[in-house]
Amino acid sequence: MSWRDKLAGKVLTEECDDPVVAGALKHFKASVDAWSDATFSRPRMVAKPARHTWRLAASWALGCLLAAGSLAGALYARHVQQESARIEAMKAAIRAAEQKASLERKAAEQPVAATVVSKRQPIAVKSATNEDENLLATVDSDVSRQVPAAMEPLAQMMESDGTN
Amino acid sequence: MRRMGTSTKSMAAGTAVKPMTADVAEEIAAREFASIVESHRPQIFRFLLASLRDVDLAETLTQECFLKAHRNWKHFRGDSTAMTWLMRIAINLQKDHWRNRRLQFWRHTQANAIGVDEASEWLPNGERNAEQQILAREQVAQVWKAVEGLSERQRTVFLLRYVEERELSEIARATGLSEGTVKAHLSRALGRVRAELRGTR
Repeated sequence: MSWRDKLAGKVLTEECDDPVVAGALKHFKASVDAWSDATFSRPRMVAKPARHTWRLAASWALGCLLAAGSLAGALYARHVQQESARIEAMKAAIRAAEQKASLERKAAEQPVAATVVSKRQPIAVKSATNEDENLLATVDSDVSRQVPAAMEPLAQMMESDGTN
Repeated sequence: MRRMGTSTKSMAAGTAVKPMTADVAEEIAAREFASIVESHRPQIFRFLLASLRDVDLAETLTQECFLKAHRNWKHFRGDSTAMTWLMRIAINLQKDHWRNRRLQFWRHTQANAIGVDEASEWLPNGERNAEQQILAREQVAQVWKAVEGLSERQRTVFLLRYVEERELSEIARATGLSEGTVKAHLSRALGRVRAELRGTR
């Protein structure tokens, strides 16, 4: 029995009072040691790392596909946006043209109404002038009535000056 | 510790001996490191092999462990033994490996880990008879099954104690746990092994 086994036994008996567990742990250690020794001392084969070129190509292709897809999507979205803007502009132009045409139509209808009004105008102008004259005459008479008695001679003078 | 001793010696005899040049110091450090690799490599490999049950992965991680140790060798102050320091690096590498595998579950990873039955085939040819051999093999398979069911931390502590035969304080330093936690993990792991051996699970 080597010093190592003795030490192992000491360690195990300290912690494992169960002889079955202690025995199993001893066998376990011996097994791991044997496996490790056998694999550690074996001649090592260096395998050339396999180069997965197809993986690289596939990942590049996928990357390119994604990039192209996103670019195409962006271009399509821009095109749709431009098209809708163009349609809106056309609609606005049509609306403006319609408005202009309706205004022109209205303008064309207006002279007729104006001629109708001009035919009636002399009568209306005359009546308006009469009304004004009447109003002014009323005001004059009111104002003349309000002239104080002391100012009467002066008023008469003014009237006489006006007549002369 | 050995490194500190060397430097103290050279300082003590500083007046008599030629001052150590950077090249000489590097050469000494390289020689020291080479001897460390030679003496500790089988143990690190065994621990990783038992943890991972994958020969190729254990070899790769052992190499990575010593590569990392070589890079940080000048920062090793000798607070713990070189073995504890190396074991700590190995445990961290193993943790990183499991974390990466969990994160990269979508990646095609080659899993070369062997089964419990295959692992328990390994037994030294002692003076036991055939019946004892079969019994031992069964017990080893049961312990492997119990180990498989342990958490990562419990498994590490269990293997450090019962395969690497490390002291509790050393395990605590290597794993960064307190001694109490190490004892708790060991107790749970042993309970599981005991249950597996009794067939109660």
